[in-house]
Amino acid sequence: MIISKNDVEHVAKLARLEVSEEEKEELTGQLNNILDYVSKMNKIDTNNIKPTSHVLHLKNVFREDVAKENLNREKVFLNAPEHDGEHFIVPQVIES
Amino acid sequence: MEYGIVIGLEVHAELKTKSKIFCGCSNEFGGQPNTHVCPICLGMPGVLPVLNKSVLEFAMKAGMAINCEISRYSKFDRKNYFYPDLPKAYQISQFDLPICKDGYIDIDVEGETKRIRVNRIHMEEDAGKLVHTEGYGSSAVDVNRCGVPLIEIVSEADMRSPQEAYEYLTKLKSILEYTEVSDCKMQEGSLRCDANISLRPKGQEEFGIRAELKNMNSFKGVLKGLEYEVKRQTEILESGGEVVQETRRWDDEKGVTSSMRGKEEAHDYRYFPDPDLVPIEVDEEWIQRIKDELPELPDVRKKRLIEEDGLPEYDAGVITASKGLAVFYDECMKGYHNSKVVSNWIMGELSMYLNENNMEIDECKIAPAQLAEMLKLIDNGTISGKIAKTVFAEMFASGKDPEVIIKEKGLVQISDEGELAKIVEEVIANNPKSVEDYHNGKEKAVGFLVGQIMKATRGKANPALVNKLLKEKM
Ligand SMILES: [Zn+2]
Repeated sequence: MIISKNDVEHVAKLARLEVSEEEKEELTGQLNNILDYVSKMNKIDTNNIKPTSHVLHLKNVFREDVAKENLNREKVFLNAPEHDGEHFIVPQVIES
Repeated sequence: MEYGIVIGLEVHAELKTKSKIFCGCSNEFGGQPNTHVCPICLGMPGVLPVLNKSVLEFAMKAGMAINCEISRYSKFDRKNYFYPDLPKAYQISQFDLPICKDGYIDIDVEGETKRIRVNRIHMEEDAGKLVHTEGYGSSAVDVNRCGVPLIEIVSEADMRSPQEAYEYLTKLKSILEYTEVSDCKMQEGSLRCDANISLRPKGQEEFGIRAELKNMNSFKGVLKGLEYEVKRQTEILESGGEVVQETRRWDDEKGVTSSMRGKEEAHDYRYFPDPDLVPIEVDEEWIQRIKDELPELPDVRKKRLIEEDGLPEYDAGVITASKGLAVFYDECMKGYHNSKVVSNWIMGELSMYLNENNMEIDECKIAPAQLAEMLKLIDNGTISGKIAKTVFAEMFASGKDPEVIIKEKGLVQISDEGELAKIVEEVIANNPKSVEDYHNGKEKAVGFLVGQIMKATRGKANPALVNKLLKEKM
């Protein structure tokens, strides 16, 4: 067992997911199975293999520094549940 | 007990590229809310961010100016957290392979040079802005700033007083200004500074428990915020208490810091490599090309002003701390020979008017060549040093050439001996008491008489000539 129920609760909270007691048990089992499976790779000797930081064999993809036309505001707010024509409106964020 | 102070700074600087870091939206400051946006910086699903090449080159340039090693291999990671100013719910940043590492900045501490190490510089995107509407139970979000390119410069905890932190920040700002990668305006938020500060008993190696300070919106604010924390933590430790490791917010108006509770889990960012962005590989040739573009940096420029122009160290330091002033000085020296006179005018009248009007040097109407011209007019006797101040004020206000102002206002110095002699004789005749005092050895009486002559000529009399004539005629 690598993952405890506590870990599941912690990760769920960080991801803002509401998980029932039943689901917690289920997820704990599933996540452990996944990690068990992946941990098989730990048996492979990787001493002479460079760590992979990206899955694609690509590098140095850039765009030139040119400003282009922006999206017009109507389109900007098209998917917004709430807006005032200038801003997105969200539930009050309390600071401090 | 005596305590030692330990401070480290994290500085965010907005890069002044034309477009944002991962999309082609305008990077201009301000703009109507939510007008500098596109699907990429709005965090729409299915979009593909692509790195702006200038952002990378600006970051490299800043790194070289701060004596960093440039990473040959670098990548982007996702920093995950939920906040309404971050549409994607993750910030694209660099975690374990930042673009620059292991640099340093030298600062002056009581006449000695102290080296402050820089741990790393990484590239990342800025978040949006929350506009709080009082009492409506809601907040408004402006996404314009999302995706504005930033570099974060992380120092080691090498500073030992709030003053040292202030010096470091000042020097860092000046270096970034010289390299022209950022505007560095703290008030506009293009330069932001967070601090870690802890105390430890004098002589103890191990660091104490630190507080993280945020929201210091000016250079003075950084100094005052840190000074307040030193006081607060000293009081806690002296009363036998323990400093809590937490983030605290500086309130500039009240002059206090207060705890920002409720973000205990905020540090669990679950970084992982961003699969949308491919790694960056930089070769020697590219590094050399950027190196060749580096301008003369503040320390080198200061040395030049001292060694080649013969300026006192203090003057050279003040002038080179601001790139704008340094350029103004150099330009002015192209038309005038005496460096100390130029520096006096820059540090004196020019700085005074800039401060009074809350202006930056690049907003100043006086061209350096015009100041040089004015200084020549003092030397050739057209105007006196005192009248020059009036002329300068007018130049500052209107940007007109000094000759034009002198002509318009009739400020030409009276150097005609005959004309001046008449006035001198009048003043002598009208002030017999002062003349008597002078004959009785009171040198001070001369000053009074000179004053009277200046008054009669509205300051236009040639002072040297006045002195000569006065003494002859008494
Ligand atoms: Zn955009």
